[in-house]
Amino acid sequence: MDLNTLWFWLIAVLWTGYFVLEGFDFGVGALLRLVGRDERGKRVLINTIGPVWDGNEVWVITAGGAMFAAFPEWYATLFSGFYLPLLAILVCLIIRGVAFEYRAKGTTDRWRANWDRAILVTSILPAFLWGVAFGNIISGVPLDVDHEFAGTVLDLLNPFALLMGLTTLLLFVTHGAVFLSLKTTLEVRDRARKLAVTLGSATVVSLAAVLIWRQFRGGNTGTAGLAVLSVVGAVAAVMLTRAGRDGWAFTATAVAVLTLVAGWFVGLFPNVLPSTTEVLGTLDIHNAASSPYTLTLMSWVALFFVPFVLGYQAWTYWVFRKRIGTKQIPMPVHTDH
Amino acid sequence: MRVTSDPGPWALGTGPPMAESRRWAAGERSALEFDPDRETAVDPLNIARWQFGITTVYHYLFVPITIGLAFLVALLETAWVRTRNPVYLRATKFWGKLLLINFAIGVVTGIVQEFQFGMNWSSYSRFVGDVFGAPLAMEALIAFFMESTFLGLWIFGWDKLSPRLHAACMWMVAIGTTASAYFILAANSFMQHPVGIEINPENGRPRLNDIGAVLFQPLQMITFSHVITACLVTGGVVMVSISSYFMARKRELGVFRPSLRLGLYALLIGSIGVIVTGDLQAKIMTEIQPMKMAAAEAQWVTKDNASFSVFTIGSLDGKHEVFSIRVPGLLSFMGTGSFDGTIEGINDLQAEYQEKFGPGDYVPNVPVTYWNFRLMVGAGGALLLVSIVGLWLTRKGRHPQQRWVWRLATWSVLGAFVGNSAGWIFTEMGRQPWTVFGLYRTADSVSPTVTAGEVLTSLIIFTVLYGILAVIEGKLMFKYAKAGPPTEADALASVERRPSDDSEDADRPLTFAY
Ligand code: HDD
Ligand code: HEM
Ligand code: HEM
Repeated sequence: MDLNTLWFWLIAVLWTGYFVLEGFDFGVGALLRLVGRDERGKRVLINTIGPVWDGNEVWVITAGGAMFAAFPEWYATLFSGFYLPLLAILVCLIIRGVAFEYRAKGTTDRWRANWDRAILVTSILPAFLWGVAFGNIISGVPLDVDHEFAGTVLDLLNPFALLMGLTTLLLFVTHGAVFLSLKTTLEVRDRARKLAVTLGSATVVSLAAVLIWRQFRGGNTGTAGLAVLSVVGAVAAVMLTRAGRDGWAFTATAVAVLTLVAGWFVGLFPNVLPSTTEVLGTLDIHNAASSPYTLTLMSWVALFFVPFVLGYQAWTYWVFRKRIGTKQIPMPVHTDH
Repeated sequence: MRVTSDPGPWALGTGPPMAESRRWAAGERSALEFDPDRETAVDPLNIARWQFGITTVYHYLFVPITIGLAFLVALLETAWVRTRNPVYLRATKFWGKLLLINFAIGVVTGIVQEFQFGMNWSSYSRFVGDVFGAPLAMEALIAFFMESTFLGLWIFGWDKLSPRLHAACMWMVAIGTTASAYFILAANSFMQHPVGIEINPENGRPRLNDIGAVLFQPLQMITFSHVITACLVTGGVVMVSISSYFMARKRELGVFRPSLRLGLYALLIGSIGVIVTGDLQAKIMTEIQPMKMAAAEAQWVTKDNASFSVFTIGSLDGKHEVFSIRVPGLLSFMGTGSFDGTIEGINDLQAEYQEKFGPGDYVPNVPVTYWNFRLMVGAGGALLLVSIVGLWLTRKGRHPQQRWVWRLATWSVLGAFVGNSAGWIFTEMGRQPWTVFGLYRTADSVSPTVTAGEVLTSLIIFTVLYGILAVIEGKLMFKYAKAGPPTEADALASVERRPSDDSEDADRPLTFAY
């Protein structure tokens, strides 16, 4: 495997890691009211992801940094071409990034209600928009011979991409609901499980639809296999949740996310951004890449540091492995660190 | 077209590329200053520059507080673990809480920075991606994961980790923030002084061939030292400022007297460090970007024994100086280490650069550079004074009674913000018209496909959003600063450990929850 290929897959791993991890915390944010209901319940939800969401988010920063380092042309075309959707995602990540911390720091109901609304919107919108973005990446966008984006934002809002967005949204929310059944107790857990079943069923339909459509738009055996796995994962998650096997259900949604994202990249390879207008505009792992020197250097850095990152992130999940429930939420709002 | 004959000391080997100078070659612009006569307001380039400037300066309001406070909180927590004196625990909790409020904004504004290169500066990203992407990716992988993961552990782990391990988490955060500064500054130092590259003959773009040179070039070592000491200054003065508020009211002296002294010592060490390293920065800059230092002094003609003007009234174009206070020979000394050293003037450098790089205006915005340099240096001097006077007045348990002493100490925190922002504005504006000095111009860096409307949208959104966040953050900082530290009982109760698998205790409230 040459280094260009290695980096293509490493970036795929980073995006996959990002969606598997941040996927459930987007889901938890989206379910804040439905599953949380009252103040105590909402705080249970926030505290299940409190210690980890920031670490989850770094995966996207690293994915962006890795694209910049390994495939600068890809990074440049994609980020300038998808300007407005990325702007919306950024705004959401900004607001969401302060929301959990700052919500707990006020005392009035209005303050908290405003942040609740903010958490809701800023969890749902990126979960949807990332799907739209990748729907476009895998089906290609208009690029001119200089690899510059030659379309408009309306080109990005095509039906296939929108359905992909809906699918990621549903899948992440289901993933979040299953995560909540695994991490909470009593009434919160019951609500989460009920919703996981309903949302999971909707996800199965949307997932199957978009993946079949994808198969007709230049899928291959690899994408077909992964598509089947993804749908099976979603179905299994519904069944396992019904059976009360929370741990396995979470594994199943994680597999569904993982195979969905893996399918995007398998279908893309060896391109990184196909052009729908100019053949010469297509960016692939060679014409978008950095020099062999930079790729070699970055490979060593990744080889050395990725195991550390995986190690201490896994340890964090271990430290905070216990379920929490409403009884454990200190009341009245206890904001002391 | 640009002349590429003599590459000079900064352009390594092959000299600047000819390719990417679309607008420049067409003779459309001269130097990139915000000059309303020459530029229309809706030019995407200008909007993108404003956005970059605003978002970066904003990011950098919070970053030095995080870096400085992380170390000071780690020290306080280590003192708690070592001595078991509850005062240190209460101090750790108090300052830690302010650190967290601040950290949140530092993180979210950082993400904007990371995406912005691709969104607004795609030509730049294409041009230097081979070099510039590497430190950015290293920063994310090595530093960002570390600081955010261990901060999560620190916030929620009080009752789950042993005190030593818990304190170690804050040290990891502190090391992570410092590593983050190191890598981003290496990227910036490359822009100030491109090294470790060769020019790819196929596309005229730089290609990395020596990462060691990028990560460890002398400019980077000095810049990093200067920035880190400035962070120590910032963390220190934040502590001094808030402690003084309590000292003036004689509240919680048990916590705030030690905090004040710690802050003052950090401020003293930091401001001496800042002055020493700043002097080295000036020397190295005189060598690699003489134009920036000439502009910093509004020095139009080349001089030996150049004087340093502390203050000038009148225009800075060298024609109508009404009044100025000058220290003879000081500028020569700052730039070269000798009072008789030669300092090149702007006019001579402009002629020299035109010969080297082709026609164009190579003079940065002189008033901006001149005044920001003075603001920064002035802040450094003022803060050093604060630390010395403060340590003297509070020596051996003394407690000054005059209200104005404390009020002054409380307001001194502004000095750090002024110093940091002015320093960066000076550094970045003084490099103009280049993004990568001698290699790539700002005018060529902007994304060609992004419309003025799009950039304007993002500029407005970010500015408004950042404004609102600033208000919220400010209010929270005041509120939690005024609330003071937790009581001894609360603080001790919150660190009581619970075994994580005792089932009887399953319903006990968490000691910390959002
Ligand atoms: C509290 C903050 C603070 C204070 C008191 C000072 N500085 Fe500074 N300075 C910075 C914070 C800073 C900074 C924000 O950290 C900069 C911006 C870019 C950089 O490398 O550091 C900087 C840049 C900077 C540069 C530009 C380097 C470049 O272009 O890359 C010079 C020449 C100096 N400083 C010199 C000084 C001197 C002689 C000081 C004497 C007191 C001083 N600084 C105080
Ligand atoms: C955090 C401290 C920093 C501040 C406050 C800062 C400030 C600025 C400002 C004010 C500008 C606009 C200059 C102009 O257009 O005239 C600018 C430009 C720029 N800076 Fe910095 N900068 C900082 C650090 C960095 C770092 C670390 C990098 C690189 C990693 C960087 C890269 C750039 C780029 C790409 C531009 C855009 C091109 C330009 O307009 O010059 N900056 N910066
Ligand atoms: C324009 C260039 C810059 C970029 C692209 C950038 C990028 C980022 C990003 C993505 C984050 C969020 C990390 C997370 O999620 O944990 C961040 C935070 C941070 N950045 Fe920057 N940054 C820039 C300038 C700087 C400079 C000049 C420094 C230091 C000298 C710095 C130091 C930090 C630190 C210490 C944090 C931790 C969070 C905090 O301070 O609150 N950054 N930055």
